[in-house]
Amino acid sequence: MSIAITTQIICFTVLSLVVLIGALGVVLLESIVYSAFLLGGVFMSVAGLYLLLNASFVAAAQVLVYVGAVNVLIIFAIMLVNKKEDLKPINDIKSRRIISTSICLTLLSLLIRVDLTNVWNISIPQNSIGEESTIRIGEHLFSDYLLPFEVASVLLLMAMIGAIVLARRDVMNKDISTGLPVDQELIEKSSEPLLTNKN
Amino acid sequence: MEYGLDLEYSFNEFLKGFGLSSEIAHIIWLPLPMLLVLVAAVVGVLVTVWLERKISAAAQQRIGPEYAGALGVLQPIADGLKLLVKEDIIPAKADGILFTAGPILVLVPVILSWLIVPFGQNLLISNVGIGIFLWIALSSIQPIGLLMSGYASNNKYSLLGGLRAAAQSISYEIPLALSVLAIVLMTNSLSTIDIVNQQSSAGILSWNIWRQPVGFIVFWICALAECERLPFDLPEAEEELVAGYQTEYAGMKFALFYLGSYINLILSALLVSILYLGGWGFPIPVELIAKFLNLPINAPFIQVFTASIGIVMTVLKAYLLVFIAILLRWTTPRVRIDQLLDLGWKFLLPISLANLLITAGLKLAFPQFFGG
Repeated sequence: MSIAITTQIICFTVLSLVVLIGALGVVLLESIVYSAFLLGGVFMSVAGLYLLLNASFVAAAQVLVYVGAVNVLIIFAIMLVNKKEDLKPINDIKSRRIISTSICLTLLSLLIRVDLTNVWNISIPQNSIGEESTIRIGEHLFSDYLLPFEVASVLLLMAMIGAIVLARRDVMNKDISTGLPVDQELIEKSSEPLLTNKN
Repeated sequence: MEYGLDLEYSFNEFLKGFGLSSEIAHIIWLPLPMLLVLVAAVVGVLVTVWLERKISAAAQQRIGPEYAGALGVLQPIADGLKLLVKEDIIPAKADGILFTAGPILVLVPVILSWLIVPFGQNLLISNVGIGIFLWIALSSIQPIGLLMSGYASNNKYSLLGGLRAAAQSISYEIPLALSVLAIVLMTNSLSTIDIVNQQSSAGILSWNIWRQPVGFIVFWICALAECERLPFDLPEAEEELVAGYQTEYAGMKFALFYLGSYINLILSALLVSILYLGGWGFPIPVELIAKFLNLPINAPFIQVFTASIGIVMTVLKAYLLVFIAILLRWTTPRVRIDQLLDLGWKFLLPISLANLLITAGLKLAFPQFFGG
């Protein structure tokens, strides 16, 4: 076995372990902040797996989008609303846990069944594209995957408009969800312009 | 363009001369450039700290450090040693694990980004295909480290400081990436080597700064904001605010933040010189000098000359930019947080978008000048 293959196997093992343990930590840990940071670790390890598959562009995009944007925003949200309060005890917590565990195990067994029954057609390409992949991804995004690509941008636009509507409640005098008039006094005034006009 | 010294090849050949297999030679080679770049980064920080002290002193009509070595050149080492032997304090109510991991998460992506900084045709650790995109991706990890250390300090000023630092870092990443995208559009490649080679045809006249003046200014402003340098150093703002996310830090953990911000400054200066100022290129093309001296481009003398002039030019351009950054720090006032975010989102973002659009249009109209 050559050194390169050994390194690959070691990297794969470590990354898979980090993904599995990290994902379990995200679900099982009590502290939401730890969960959020572990989620970042899981995203990073997935990027590492992409790197092992010679998909360096996808790996960098994964880091940029999932770690740099999604995870940072999750942590931001947690820190802005992080109230120190104990959750209300739920009476039938045990039965709920049993139900959710069984559902998760069923899903897992379904996935394992798919994994075992499906014939994975692994044909190693003779000349892997490697560094060319960035160009190929660009070509695909602007030809046969153009519609999904554009639809995704519409989705993001919708999310952005929603966020603006929620954030700029001072421009409407009715609460969107309840329909009650909004107390305008509490809302922060919009900031001063960059160059305040003195005269 | 396959000329220039290939140190890896010669080193491997040298080891093979002792009867080692090429794989073992490769493994012995691997840590060497990494170590070299790490040493270069740390030495660069020491030089920058000394420059900062001396230039700030000159700007304020003081003398500055004087007794530690000639002209105080040993002062940064004294500073570093002081931080190294200071007690490592973790506040009683802080979160120990996150408190330790925060500074590491801030420093490691910055050092990893040195992977793609070329000092010559073959003088870089790895010519990865995604090149400059790797740097953008890595620098987006930093806000997590800032938020982590702000949260783990268990101090409301630290938490607010961490949130503000992360907000600043996120908002200036977007115009930064867009102005890099305009360069990539002109180069047809993400690789830093290709970006420099694309500017090397006519010496100083073919540098990207003439074709991307707006991109250059946007990139420089954003790079300063990413490094938390004045006029954008709100996250720490030592004279006015509580020192942000690093309030509770002392000793080596504080030194990691310090090191990270200075390495980031040098890295940004190097990247500005690579993206806009021709990288390792001499203002007069080396081919012309070789022709003037009647030497073939592959002559050993020209090879060594090209390699050394490449390193000297890269470092010189980077330190010129570091000098401007230091001068800016000691001569400009600080912006407010709302002004900072306004500048980022309402001014730089539209401008860099328009710059990208115009670059794309010019590329279609004049492919010979803007890379067909």
